Order: sequence, then structure tokens, then C-alpha cells
Amino acid sequence: MSSIQTIVNRINQGETTARHEVEVAIEKANANSDYHALLSLTEKRALERADDIDARKAAGEQLGELAGVPFVAKDNFLAFGAPTTAASKMLEHFDAPLQATAIEKLEAAGAICIGKANLDSFAHGGSTENSAYGPTKNAHDTTKVAGGSSGGSAVITALDVVPFALGTDTGGSIRQPASFNGVIGVKPTYGMVSRYGVVAMASSTDTIGCLAGSIDDAELVMKIMSGCDVKDMTTLPDFFVPEKTAKPSQKIGLIKESMSEDVDIQVRARVSEYVDKLRANGHTVEEVSVPMTNHALAMYYIIVPAEVSSNLGRYDGIRYGLRAEGVQTLAELYGKTRDQGFVTENKRRIMIGSYVLSSGFFDAYYLHAQKARTILINEYRKLFETYDVLITPTAPTPAFNLGENTSDPILMYLADIMTVPVSLAGLPAISVPAGASEQGLPIGVQLIGNHKSDAALLALAREMENR
Amino acid sequence: MCQEGVFSLFIGYNKDMTQISRDDVLHLAQLSSLQLSDTEIDDLQKDIGNILGYVHQLSELDTSGVEPTYQVTDLENVWRDDVVIDDKVTREQLLSLSTESLNHQVKVPKVL
Repeated sequence: MSSIQTIVNRINQGETTARHEVEVAIEKANANSDYHALLSLTEKRALERADDIDARKAAGEQLGELAGVPFVAKDNFLAFGAPTTAASKMLEHFDAPLQATAIEKLEAAGAICIGKANLDSFAHGGSTENSAYGPTKNAHDTTKVAGGSSGGSAVITALDVVPFALGTDTGGSIRQPASFNGVIGVKPTYGMVSRYGVVAMASSTDTIGCLAGSIDDAELVMKIMSGCDVKDMTTLPDFFVPEKTAKPSQKIGLIKESMSEDVDIQVRARVSEYVDKLRANGHTVEEVSVPMTNHALAMYYIIVPAEVSSNLGRYDGIRYGLRAEGVQTLAELYGKTRDQGFVTENKRRIMIGSYVLSSGFFDAYYLHAQKARTILINEYRKLFETYDVLITPTAPTPAFNLGENTSDPILMYLADIMTVPVSLAGLPAISVPAGASEQGLPIGVQLIGNHKSDAALLALAREMENR
Repeated sequence: MCQEGVFSLFIGYNKDMTQISRDDVLHLAQLSSLQLSDTEIDDLQKDIGNILGYVHQLSELDTSGVEPTYQVTDLENVWRDDVVIDDKVTREQLLSLSTESLNHQVKVPKVL
């Protein structure tokens, strides 16, 4: 698949049509169906939209910045043309009555959604194995996991079916699968992109971003999606302005807790090589410490389940989604619907949330974790007084085997240990490809910036691209 | 990777640290409106116990005098004009999402 700019230019110059680009992408998606990266194709609507763009081109109209560019949305974005399932049985037949703001903005720029990507059910997981419809396979080795929860989005991008895909990132769900599949994954500053119309998981860390093959493409997509939205009161006033070149001689901190001996030796080697390249480009890299890194996963698995238990309370079988059959009472309807509609990981998180929020435990778990979160945020804040960017591996290992961690939720959670602290602080971060293991599995490096430094972070990633 | 104990430096992953009872699980299920099957109750009892054991490591941290963080945007009192935003979604569309509706209302089983 060509870059966004190439597709747009060729359509504008009449060398190809939107319809042709969409047909090629759908053909490629079908040819790669063994990876199970997509849950549905939005073929009919995509072709209609393509024809509309081609007609407008023929009429001499000015086309949008993404005119005719096919993309894939994670199946927790409300979008027309196919059900929005969140990879759950709860929403198996849910036809969204409206579209997410992110989708609306991309469509207004001319982009065309061709399908919906697989994910861990309700985005709960780090391998896409919690999908109610079966796992997605890694783009580089089909015995390995795709990562998650945006596993389908990462794989479909890595397979070059589309130039970009949308994902959501609550604790690493864009960055970690990007790392596992060798693509770029962008998680913006919390509040940069509207979450209206996206299935909520944990409201204080949920973000929307993209997976892409190049920084230029990712930057353009983020530019179009970003900005204040009256329908999402957590969105910040628009601040994202792309920067053509990176600031020279940046001060970069390598977080030492992320390079401990527990981290895969090949992952550490690739990060060290990336650091060498940063230095060769004139930047200074020093070892820094974020001691609370070691506690972040524990905080996360108190705070996020608490928010999950609240956000998933809406799935009651009444207004939309699954409704259990053969029940007599309302209580039975709730209980059976939720039992049938959620996968085990959903239930685990809801119940842990109920536990940490219940009277008697609230102060010891939830309140305590939110205080610990303040300490973590202050550690980052202090570092950003001196450093422009922080760096860690994106994940402690390359992609692991399918089935390897499914019986032990905590081992599964550890795959997000590098990304979770960043999410708790609401900072922007990008996972960039940094080579591969001896087995040929991609390895990613995570670049972390201060609040609202998204554009500067992308500029640095671009400077380092292909070095 | 991911053999047990690999992450010793990442503090305190020690299986079976916290036990919660089957009654605890049933209580949590009730609070969560989940009618669970018997086998799932057993699995959840083990997993939730382990997870609570893992997160319990935070108790060693002194947070006295620290303010909690509930949100990271520093936005406060976000207002908008009190006018209806037309999402172009009709009542019929929304009602059609429900399994059962009657006379423009969502139908549910008897409450009492």
C-alpha cells in the first residue's frame, strides 16, 4: 500500500480512482483473512463513498486531504456500514445510529473506512485473545499474538492493506500491538482527540490514536482527528500543529527501570541501538529514573477496573445490545444478559472494580491508587523540567505465543508494564519500529513527551525514521 | 519470556497471595449484576484473588499528604450553550436498537 500522500496525489492527478483504491484494499483484506484482523468489511458503504469522491473529482471539485484513502477502524468506534461489536457478544448486532467524531472528521476529509478491526472484547486485554470472535494472528509470525487490544488494527496496517488504522489506547492498546507488528503507534495527549462515539473503557485514560506505516501518515491522521469537541467535555482546545523538523540537540532521558534485567535482552539491545542513533543525530541521552514505574501496573489495575465497572454498567440488555432470553424478572434479565454478553476478562475487571469501589475498601484501594498516581505524575513532571523526551522499550518482550498467557491474567497484564504509567499521567507517546529479534519479531521503542508535545514528538520520530 | 518470576524486579508478583472466598465472589457478582456459572465462579475466585494480591503491593507506599488525581486535563466546569445538538438520530432509530418496544417505549420484564 502506498502512503496517504501518494494515494491522494494520484487520485487528484487522475492516475487512479477512489473506487480502485478501495477495491484493491478490500481484495487485499480478503486475501489476508487468515490473520483474522478484521471482524467485518464495510464494502458497500465504502464503494458508495468512493464513487461519490470520484464523481466530485470529475465535477472539478476540490477534494479533501484524505480523499479516497482507505482505512480501518477498530471495532469499538461507532461507524456506519457494519455492526459495532467491540468484539463482544453483547454488541454482536449493534448497528450504530451515529458515527464517532473521529470517523466523521476523517470522512469529511475524504477518507474511506473499509472495515472494522478485531480487538480484545471491550478493549480489555493485551493480545486480542479476549475477542469473543477469536484471536488475531501476528503479521510476522502466525504462531504469535498480535498484541492488543488494537491487535487487528496493527496487523492490518503491518500487512499493508491500508496506510493507517484507528485504535484506542487506555494502557498501551495502540503502542504495544504496534511494537509487536512493526508499525508506528501514536497515543496522543489525553484530551487531544474526541472520544465521542467510541465505546468507553476507562474514562480517565482512554485515548484515540492511529497505527500507520510512516510518521507522515500518522501525523496527518492525528492532525485531522484532533481538536475540541462539544460532545466530549474532556477534549482540550486545539493545540496540535505539525512541526516539519525536530528541535536540534534535544535532552532525552532513558528510563532505567524500563531497562532492567527482567526485560528481554534483545529488546534492550534494540533500544540501546536506537539511543546510539539519537546520539549520532546530535541529541543527548542520559539515564533517568521514574521509581513509580514499578508500582504503575498495580495502580492501573485498581483505577481502570473501577472505571470499567462503572462504564460497563450501561450494558443492561434493555435499550440496546444483547438481551438474554427466557428470563422472568428484571434482575434475571440483567444478570443473564451480562453473563452471556461479556467474556471472562470483562467480568474480572468489572468485579475487581466493584471490589475496590465498595465501602470499606474504597480508601485502601481506589483512593490510595489515585494518590499514588499523583506521585507518579510528579515524577514525570520533574523530569520534563530538564528533558524534552523520555524513552523506554514499548513492551518488555517481542510478541509472545498465542495461548501462552491466557491462563494467567497477571502475566498478560505485564505486557503493558512500559505503557501503563504513561497512560496514567495522560502523556503523549509513540511506539516506533526499532528492528527485530533474531527470530524476526519486531521490537518497538516508546518515545514519551510532555503534555501537548505531540507534534514535537512526531517530528523527532520522523527525524529518526529510516536511520 | 513470561515464565513465572521473570518479573521479580517489577515487584511482588507472588501467586496466591490473597484469598477471597466463594461468598465474596458471589457478592461481587451480585454487585456487578452478573449471574455466573459454577465453573466460572471457581476461575474468577482464583484470578481475582491473585490480582488483588498483586495490586496489594501498593499498600507499602506512603501516600499521606498527597492529593488524589482523578483527571489529567486540568479542565474545570466545561460549559456549552444550552441548545440541542442535532445528531440526526431519530426516536425510531434508537427504539429499534432495543430487543422489544411497544407504543414508542422500551419493553422490559415485570419489575415487581
